[in-house]
Amino acid sequence: MPMTITEKILAKASGRDAVKPGENIWLNVDTLMTHDVCGPPTIQIWKDEFGGQAKIWDKQKLVIFPDHYIFTNDPHANRNVSILRQFAQEHQLPNYYDVGGERYKGVCHIALAEEGFNRPGTVLIGTDSHTCTAGAFGLFATGVGNTDAAFILGTGKIWEKVPESMKFIFEGEKPEYLTAKDFILQILGDITTDGATYRAMEFDGRAVYDLNIDERMTLTNMAVEAGGMNGIIAADARTEAYINERSSQPYTVFKSDADAGYHSVYEYKASELEPVVAQPHSPDNRAVVRKVQGRKITKAYIGSCTGGKMADFVAAARILKDREVKVPTFVVPASTAVARQLKEDKVNGKTIHQILSDAGCVIAPSSCAACLGGPADTIGRSVDKDVVISTTNRNFPGRMGSKQAEVYLASPLTVAASAVNGVITDPRDAMG
Amino acid sequence: MQKIINGKAYVLGDNIDTDQIIPAEHLVYSLSDPQESKKYGQFALSGVPRERAGLPDGGVPFITDGNYESEYSIIIGGSNFGCGSSREHAPFALQKAGVKVVVAESYARIFYRNAVDGGFIVPLETTEILKTALKTGDAIEINLNTLKLTNQSDGQTYTLVHPGDVLPIIEAGGLFQYARKAGMIEG
Repeated sequence: MPMTITEKILAKASGRDAVKPGENIWLNVDTLMTHDVCGPPTIQIWKDEFGGQAKIWDKQKLVIFPDHYIFTNDPHANRNVSILRQFAQEHQLPNYYDVGGERYKGVCHIALAEEGFNRPGTVLIGTDSHTCTAGAFGLFATGVGNTDAAFILGTGKIWEKVPESMKFIFEGEKPEYLTAKDFILQILGDITTDGATYRAMEFDGRAVYDLNIDERMTLTNMAVEAGGMNGIIAADARTEAYINERSSQPYTVFKSDADAGYHSVYEYKASELEPVVAQPHSPDNRAVVRKVQGRKITKAYIGSCTGGKMADFVAAARILKDREVKVPTFVVPASTAVARQLKEDKVNGKTIHQILSDAGCVIAPSSCAACLGGPADTIGRSVDKDVVISTTNRNFPGRMGSKQAEVYLASPLTVAASAVNGVITDPRDAMG
Repeated sequence: MQKIINGKAYVLGDNIDTDQIIPAEHLVYSLSDPQESKKYGQFALSGVPRERAGLPDGGVPFITDGNYESEYSIIIGGSNFGCGSSREHAPFALQKAGVKVVVAESYARIFYRNAVDGGFIVPLETTEILKTALKTGDAIEINLNTLKLTNQSDGQTYTLVHPGDVLPIIEAGGLFQYARKAGMIEG
């Protein structure tokens, strides 16, 4: 029976030869990821429900990254990190990445990739909606809540309904003024925030496979913004090279059959697309930058699992080089590895860190930071009637802090061009 | 589980995301400590912009100042209810505020799973556009046996969609209860 890549992975994980969309199945989980916001309640449910017999099904498969509320004086937030630390010590967990030292990694989705947990063909479940990011490596990855995670912690299993798949093909060559963010915002405008609910979003085409790993993760990352259960890009040689550098664990490369069944197929010509933003207050409220250019902004933000990767800062630096920002501009590298690399990689003799710093950006330590508002002392948090342009993923009311604020989501190129002018700006007008 | 649920309706629109249900700054409180977890009730739906809080007029506080529970136990939503983050704190906050049932045109997957698997509230779907048919404050009766919602304020009745394969989990009161009944886990 012909199957999509998602169906093939789910068939393998449920011990079947084949699965069909709509079937309810139990999956064996290969990796469970949690963080400081959802980890403590997950652990509590696991203790309460399994009682004295509570046993972690497989310590090697449990990965914990504190990343959300790290650089804050909020006592409750700090207590949550302490709970994780204590749990990791008590159970001698091999994959706990504590705050405050060399092991601290930053945003979980990027750290999962960097630490080699994103193995093609596996099932990765995380207590965070953007867990779908990992699908860029040709694996099934999706977000769940605390109860589902607690159940996995004790049993290694989760129930899922096999999703129908939607396919998004980007043909041709991507112009240099576009990034993967423009691709996914384009899709969101077309299918809306519930256009992929309970479905898999599969990305394909030359312009997708031309993207580096960072950029592929931008596509799969925002699958959940369309309601998608997972986003997925079949592994290619570039994926395998990335994973082989970071993991010696086995993996399986699956690809969709040519005659597999899809709910729908969307085709785009990359060269015909334009830089776009998502206007307030929804990620699907798309407009071409040309339509909203000139709108005054009060803040710019480059960070998060969506837009705080090395490729995002390389893009921003192209525009910010030898220029100065006109509004407060926050740079939050998603991971500590990205933060280090910013100080190593050079453009015309200057490190990217130096370029961003010389442009007047505030460079903050790695964490989720103001992408989701966070405690009141979070750096970059929106206040009052801020108008923010951001490389992050959501702009629902209050997402970045203030309920009165307006957030425009855009590519790092568009955010950098806008920061330089103090108004929303098409990157084509800022690129030499 | 309770099959007949009576309560007052609190009406919301489309795309009520988890930041509106419980803003991220509040996710730091313990969900298990009885005193601290009351804060989730206190701040439930506090992220909904004022003009969209309690339709059709808006400006209706879900919870009045100083209280931990709402007078509204039935939430009426539009499409894509619970979109956004994976925080299980969202259906938990609604439960702490005293909500029993949400009726919406559609749900985001993770919110729906969390509501069902955690046994916090019963998420029901309807093909009817209740967000405009009902008003905040309407007296509602929901009958889970007949899958009917009645607006006791005017006698109108609306049809609810059968929950399908997840009904056994809803009836058991959550994933763990279901798994014990099914013999998947001990205890």
